[in-house]
Amino acid sequence: MKKKWAIILFIIALALVGIGLASGEYRAVLEKARTVCLECVGIG
Amino acid sequence: MADSQKKRRWFQALGAAAANIWLPSFFKAKIYQGPTKGVCVPVLNCYSCPSAIGACPIGSLQSSLGSVKLNLSLARRQFGLYVVGGIAAVGSLVGRIPCGWLCPFGLIQEMVYKIPSKKFQVPKFLTYMKYVVLLVMVILLPLLILDEFGGGEPWFCKWICPAGTLEAGIPLAILSGSVRNQLGFLFAWKMAILAGFLVWMVFVMRPFCRTTCPLGAILGLFNKASLFRMSVDEETCTLCDLCRRECPVNVKIYESPDSPDCIRCLKCEKVCPFGSIGHEFFSKKPVKVDFSEPKT
Repeated sequence: MKKKWAIILFIIALALVGIGLASGEYRAVLEKARTVCLECVGIG
Repeated sequence: MADSQKKRRWFQALGAAAANIWLPSFFKAKIYQGPTKGVCVPVLNCYSCPSAIGACPIGSLQSSLGSVKLNLSLARRQFGLYVVGGIAAVGSLVGRIPCGWLCPFGLIQEMVYKIPSKKFQVPKFLTYMKYVVLLVMVILLPLLILDEFGGGEPWFCKWICPAGTLEAGIPLAILSGSVRNQLGFLFAWKMAILAGFLVWMVFVMRPFCRTTCPLGAILGLFNKASLFRMSVDEETCTLCDLCRRECPVNVKIYESPDSPDCIRCLKCEKVCPFGSIGHEFFSKKPVKVDFSEPKT
């Protein structure tokens, strides 16, 4: 039973990834990660 | 050290190396900017570390949530689903396994803990702090406290994350003159946080994972509903408590095999003298350690 829930959760998660990709979120993450995060470094 | 723990150490080292494999960036004092930077790694690894080849899921989550209002005003439908879905996909498959087997900051904590000293446990109430950190610093503040342009800040990265200071702040401060010239109060604050955790790591096993890590908090919630599961044979378990005493995060696996604090290091499997503890992943029957193997 728990295994069934895990599979359902996994499918929902993949669907979220798919929707995010379709709306251009990969590009947004890429742009953020390509620039130095001033807050992470401690100068932001 | 038992075989499975040696294997785990290799996995941790490989995980740390794989997430930070672009070493030429260190010599150029720039961060890697290739296409894999848009893929979130399932561990806390700062994307501003010069050699990091992937994105930090917690940094990306804060960035996505901080941009929600701005995106809505620009009619963009970007709500961070790519990042949330990615974390949930890993969690629903393996729960907190990345914490125990891949996370570079987890490896650092375990190495520092090897420094000889009197050892302590984390008080139980402090283990709930990571959920507060997740809710307040990672979700609510980036979403609600906005600047004049409608963007939110990554509060956790800015005020807490010691991994960012260690993996990005210190290397870039050493390598880049322009970064060095801008160091001020915030850097000093973050260095103090890092120093505090480093001292804590000497006395307590994985204090950051157990009390503060928001990624561990999210993945831990999936321990109850992931395909990878721990199991305890109640017929053979004698409640001797040896597993709890050897557990790096002090989990009573015989009471709660799905504990959100369990990092799935599998040490309990090895130390159980009765072979009562096992795990399963897709298989119907739990996998158990061969009873004939030497115990540590």
